[in-house]
Amino acid sequence: MTALAKQKPVIQEPAITLELAKSFGMSGDEFQMVQNILGRMPTYTELGVFSVMWSEHCSYKSSRIHLKKLPTTGSCVIQGPGEGAGVIDIGDGQAAIFKMESHNHPSYIEPYQGAATGVGGIMRDVFTMGGRPIANLNALRFGEPSHPKTRSLVKGVVAGISGYGNCVGVPTVGGETYFHKSYNGNNLVNAMTVGLADQDKIFYARGAGVGQPIVYVGSKTGRDGIHGATMASAEFGDGNEENRPTVQVGDPFTEKLLIEACLELMKSDAIISIQDMGAAGLTSSAVEIASKGEIGVVLDLDKVPQREQGMVPYEIMLSESQERMLMILKPEAEDKAREIIEKWDLDFAVIGYTTDDQRLKLDMYGERWCDIPVPPLVDKSPVYDRPSVAPSLPKAIDDRAFDVSSNGLIGDLKTLLACPDLASKRWIWEQYDSLVMGETIFSPGIAQTQALKAGDAALVKIEDKNKALAMSSDVTPRYVEANPYEGGKQAVAESWRNITATGSMPLAITNNLNFGNPEKPEIMGQFIASLDGIGEACRVLDYPIVSGNVSLYNETSGRAIQPTPTIGGVGVITNYKNAVGLGFTHTGHSIIVIGDTGGHLGQSLFLREIHNAETGDAPHVDLNTEKANGDFVRSQILSGNILSCHDVSDGGLIVALAEMAMAGQIGCVIDAKPNHAASFWFGEDQARYIIATDSPDQILESAQAAGVTAQKLGVTHGRDFILGQSIPVSKLTDINESWLPDYMEG
Amino acid sequence: MKSAIIVFPGTNREKDMQMALAHISGHTPRLVWHKETSLPDCDLMVLPGGFSYGDYLRCGAMAAHSPIMREVIDRAKKGTRLLAVCNGFQMLVETGLVPGALLRNRSLKFICKQIYLRSDNTSSDFTHRFAKGQVSQVPIAHGEGNYFINEDGIKSLQDHDQIAFRYCNKDGLVCDEANPNGSIANIAGVLNTEKTILGMMPHPEDSVMPQINGHQGIPLFQSIVEALT
Repeated sequence: MTALAKQKPVIQEPAITLELAKSFGMSGDEFQMVQNILGRMPTYTELGVFSVMWSEHCSYKSSRIHLKKLPTTGSCVIQGPGEGAGVIDIGDGQAAIFKMESHNHPSYIEPYQGAATGVGGIMRDVFTMGGRPIANLNALRFGEPSHPKTRSLVKGVVAGISGYGNCVGVPTVGGETYFHKSYNGNNLVNAMTVGLADQDKIFYARGAGVGQPIVYVGSKTGRDGIHGATMASAEFGDGNEENRPTVQVGDPFTEKLLIEACLELMKSDAIISIQDMGAAGLTSSAVEIASKGEIGVVLDLDKVPQREQGMVPYEIMLSESQERMLMILKPEAEDKAREIIEKWDLDFAVIGYTTDDQRLKLDMYGERWCDIPVPPLVDKSPVYDRPSVAPSLPKAIDDRAFDVSSNGLIGDLKTLLACPDLASKRWIWEQYDSLVMGETIFSPGIAQTQALKAGDAALVKIEDKNKALAMSSDVTPRYVEANPYEGGKQAVAESWRNITATGSMPLAITNNLNFGNPEKPEIMGQFIASLDGIGEACRVLDYPIVSGNVSLYNETSGRAIQPTPTIGGVGVITNYKNAVGLGFTHTGHSIIVIGDTGGHLGQSLFLREIHNAETGDAPHVDLNTEKANGDFVRSQILSGNILSCHDVSDGGLIVALAEMAMAGQIGCVIDAKPNHAASFWFGEDQARYIIATDSPDQILESAQAAGVTAQKLGVTHGRDFILGQSIPVSKLTDINESWLPDYMEG
Repeated sequence: MKSAIIVFPGTNREKDMQMALAHISGHTPRLVWHKETSLPDCDLMVLPGGFSYGDYLRCGAMAAHSPIMREVIDRAKKGTRLLAVCNGFQMLVETGLVPGALLRNRSLKFICKQIYLRSDNTSSDFTHRFAKGQVSQVPIAHGEGNYFINEDGIKSLQDHDQIAFRYCNKDGLVCDEANPNGSIANIAGVLNTEKTILGMMPHPEDSVMPQINGHQGIPLFQSIVEALT
């Protein structure tokens, strides 16, 4: 491929002023600091470089001091936060490489491309490190269904994820979709990728030496996405659709070629270090390689493959064109590397080399446009300990004051199963290919799933092995909003529980922290308290954080989203044949709930959907009980005593039971007799699982010996769901399945 | 039985096909890059699923003109068995080796789900292990699998027993509710008149491991292995 002929265009750069710096999202202090570092006014290109490197999105300036408190080490951790993605040991000399990342603002402005490039970006983070992506998940939050934009956002985001993920051939195996008015002007698209690598074939951004060629691989650079990182670091006003030109355009076909080309090149031992061009494009990848290797970088921007004419250094450095990589190669391996990359019809260009002076120098059209010392660019980036106020905690409510509605217990169950948050998301996941690669055991959904079975976590087998990875994405934002500390704990605990409920051992998490404007003390208070909760749960459950992403300024016209620290969990099961799904498998099994049912209705879905009340405290998580109950359930699954298992979450016991019945299309007779129906059946107490077993006596005895609460609820039976009243399971399924397709057609 | 799977830029179900064939035949198929101009000695050629060339022009249209395809078409015309699945089926209709065309799903959306197939032809090298009218559950995963052919074409397919599979419900009834993509006459897979080439949209290769993803795609591979060994 020939690059476009480069003629020096007439370049008219704006004068460097405080106003310009502010329009780049910088504060006056930050602008002054740039001048101090350089000992002069920056050039236009240099100001651009500083502004994106110091944006919230790239520098984590508001969150960094708090993130340091999180537990990031553990026996399974090979690489914690700081590289493209986290790396954990999954046995047999293999590693799982994973991360979750947000693409919230782009997906609101341009849903299809915003979501698509979110998926593409997170996959690149994983295969850049040598991991072949084997599973994608996504956590989506939309505004209330009645909001005029919601339907088209759902449609566009889902089509974008589907269009990109299906084409690259990585199965989309799990996720979650919820609706709440706080996301009306600011939906969330959090995408997670899990990759597989051999532990001795993991690649890092660090490690480059002096005098080595810097190679650009992938798509050509265009003018798309310029200043995307800055947009992602600002609050929205109404009418932010004007930012549409800053949204990048994805090309999944090129991504697929890039995956295959990079993984082939990685087998050849040619790469010294490698970095994806993600947020802030060539700027952040070049600075990262220089900073981590404690070296300098000189780039000849004329040599950057360009798809538009007359581009200037500022545009090239800040473009967020997709599907591009930067590599440092062993000098002797250049020809071999070129051959592999060109086999895949991708651009390959040596665009510079590394130096020993720790400076970032950019040349183009025979001139030098940028000369910045790298250490201060990285180390002197601003860090803010923003003022915060501790969240005021809600008053507990009297759980007994809320009763079942006049529709009765089954009537209220039907209402919940048809509410937007619990309704089947088939309309969404049937657009995702969850089966490609041929190893998917549990795919999304409850009834009639693509992989024929459903589990609390997605389960994907490892090629040529019996082991499988379990993956889940979780958070309950209404809990975090009511009580950030307990809500933070709960998000981690639920992730751990979902992995456990399949029989897998939870290993580590990635987190995607979506919050409002950190310059508001109450938002900062939410952020700090929920991180405290997350950290505490990770420590007690031995479930370290190996990667993550922070997305702040999720506000529109001053209204913040519900705090949404999404947790992406990964676990492993040694033999996939021992894993259990959530559906009832046979009639005549005993149904037992593990864990205490106190009847906590505060912040429950029952209160919100039946009593129209978003009140009370979030349920508290006793982490030691969580661990004891989970370890008990897992050991019973692995010894074959448990044949189906489902965690109890939104909607309480009755919803969990109904989901198990729908997943297996097998009924049940529930004969437990509680004192107070509403709180017992709909309460959202934590650390609970419902199991079905053919050896109930053994379970009850072992539970007693382990000091774990176990209570028999009934038996699986026939085709009807019987709890006082009777309703066919198929009818529950119809109710659960109809809301979303009806809504999307409306 | 020796087999070769052709890999195009954007192909993504070659591994599924390789695992299925290896599992049933005991021999791992060769993967052949599309820029090759000659094929290894083989009894079966496979055009696998995926998004060759990103589906950018028209599904399968670019791949049908890849260097290797001349050789594939040549061999297929001489009788080497050719199985084409999903994106492979799209390429196949582009080459004209089987009649018809594949249009966008009538829902205009990509669909991945388990569907049921009823076996019509049960005498070919691809289908002889199925019983007439047998119902098999296998997945589909495509955006453009809406098979179209004119009325004369349908009649010709029927007259020559070229329809391998039709979409049906779980009781074997071929009806519109069981048609996932709008295919005419619920056609899911067709053979050439010589019955040496099968093109189909569903993915039998993703239904051969009972404890992972199902088992009802197995008879298709057993048919092939038995016929070609």
